[in-house]
Amino acid sequence: MTTAKSKATKTKVKIVSPDLGHHATDVGLEFSKETEAKIKRILKRYPEDKAQSAVIPVLRLAQDEFGGWLSTSAMQLTAERLGLPYIRVYEVATFYTMFNLKPVGKYHLQVCTNCSCMIRGSDKIVEAVKDFTGISKNGEMSDDSLFTLTEVECLGACVEAPMMQVNNGYYTKLDKEKTLQILDALKKGEEVETATPTTPMKDGY
Amino acid sequence: MATPKLSIEDKIFKNLDGSDDWSIKGYQKRGGYDGLKKLLTTNPDVHIAQLKESALRGRGGAGFPTGLKWSFMPKPDGKKPNYLVCNADEGEPGTCKDRDILRYDPHTLVEGMIVGCHCLGAETGYIYVRGEYYDESSRLSQAIDEAYEAGLLGKNILGTGVNVDIHLHLGAGAYICGEETALLESLEGKKGQPRVKPPFPAGFGLYGCPTTINNVETIAQVPPILKKGNDWWCQFGRENNHGTKIFSVSGAVNLPGNFEAPMSITLKELINDYAGGVIGGWENLQAIIPGGSSTPMLSAEDCETAIMDFDGLREFGTGLGTAAVIVMNKDTDLLRVMTRISAFYKHESCGQCTPCREGVGWVFRLMERLSRGEGTLEELDQLYDVTKKIEGKTICAFADGAMWPVQGTLKHFRHLFEEKIKENMKKSA
Repeated sequence: MTTAKSKATKTKVKIVSPDLGHHATDVGLEFSKETEAKIKRILKRYPEDKAQSAVIPVLRLAQDEFGGWLSTSAMQLTAERLGLPYIRVYEVATFYTMFNLKPVGKYHLQVCTNCSCMIRGSDKIVEAVKDFTGISKNGEMSDDSLFTLTEVECLGACVEAPMMQVNNGYYTKLDKEKTLQILDALKKGEEVETATPTTPMKDGY
Repeated sequence: MATPKLSIEDKIFKNLDGSDDWSIKGYQKRGGYDGLKKLLTTNPDVHIAQLKESALRGRGGAGFPTGLKWSFMPKPDGKKPNYLVCNADEGEPGTCKDRDILRYDPHTLVEGMIVGCHCLGAETGYIYVRGEYYDESSRLSQAIDEAYEAGLLGKNILGTGVNVDIHLHLGAGAYICGEETALLESLEGKKGQPRVKPPFPAGFGLYGCPTTINNVETIAQVPPILKKGNDWWCQFGRENNHGTKIFSVSGAVNLPGNFEAPMSITLKELINDYAGGVIGGWENLQAIIPGGSSTPMLSAEDCETAIMDFDGLREFGTGLGTAAVIVMNKDTDLLRVMTRISAFYKHESCGQCTPCREGVGWVFRLMERLSRGEGTLEELDQLYDVTKKIEGKTICAFADGAMWPVQGTLKHFRHLFEEKIKENMKKSA
């Protein structure tokens, strides 16, 4: 027993996630004024004592504001803003697939590979993305941090298959050439019109 | 005999192809919001009685009679509010009809929500849209703003004394939230895990208040039915399956698309006259999934005579579901597609019930292995046996929907597995 005890005191526990357990304010994280205004409007949709309903929209705002993914601090900040225990936010963030729990590229390429898209050649779209970005495996980020590839489940645009979602926008009726054109334009920092061009929601989500 | 195509007057979604103006101006030009005042000054009980008689059945997949569902709602007691929640969490593979309603004809839904709230004694309605439909939600959000500006939403709509507020709520990627009680959980800001029923939402729904949940298409169809009457509605489709319906035809057809057509149209007509025919011709057809990925497939032979309505497809041991028709021709690797569908269910299981959480993954792994021919013929029986043991053993219908396509594959295409297994055995011998 004594040897085990002395060993334990010698080994320092390594914390894998650097901000694990910190409160958002400890690391100086806060929502911008614009986001704060959106949160206030979002909260008005629900009864006064039901702020928890705003967890998903506020997490999505947080994801957009803090680099396209949710760090522990971003989840903590969301919990504090809505007056919820951290676990209530964490379990939501880990349940829904649109929340990224690790950093993603500037453009998150989400290629549908479910049935209708598969029948119409989504293999070629995945291949084109891999060729262009140098990504070798699903879920990886390109070396230049511009792109992340994720194969996703049905995105509900089956009659326009194959298709992919880049951040919030849909690109449909794809083939290899069209995919490469879109990626090339994005790499150059150009805007590419989505399948449904429109003005984004004023509350963000 | 060919089913006549719908005239533009008879179509509920006149701008489903997006060729016209989606905004309020366009919708009003197409006759939208006409007669709304009369609907809001008529007693809700009259409306609900008419809906019951119209035999409108829910368009979200289950086909439950809408009028009956609405009659379950208690009258508001002044203590707890009533809610109408629109289910726009469209995610059943193959299904994309609501997406085109949201982005091309969003006011059909807004008008439906106004009338629906009036019928159900609700002053607040939520529209839960799947998180990925961002541009579509943005359009809907603008449509809601337009309706407020025109005095069609808010307090005392058109001077009728009816108050309705509508709010949009976006999800964040979870197929299970299309299950109505999972949707309510998600709307309350929780993980989307289905509730045990009873109590049903009409008694204990959103925030514990009386709630009715309906699909986008269903809600949008209510005002036209109430305005034009049941004689008009019932001229389409067979008894107990009346009306018009949006069919999403995807996969190996020449012109995939969303088409509004009369109910009880034959599948063959739908494929040939609307979707441009099977790629490579009708003879090149292998199988069709008639109502979204959860419904068992039809063999090419069944497709010759299948009628597209709730009762017609039940005769073939399948269902209308969301009317998402997925066509596989002979160039399609059918086992690969069906294995991919199993992978989808494995990914989307919410993890609450053991038979589903463990079983759906188990079935997927078996599908994956057997579709490569790695395994024995006995394991095909075992696969079927497992699907039967998962079906009906869970809180919600997700696991059933995950098992039916596997059962359908074994029913019609067991020989494909067997060929691969035998081929593999020969190789290893």
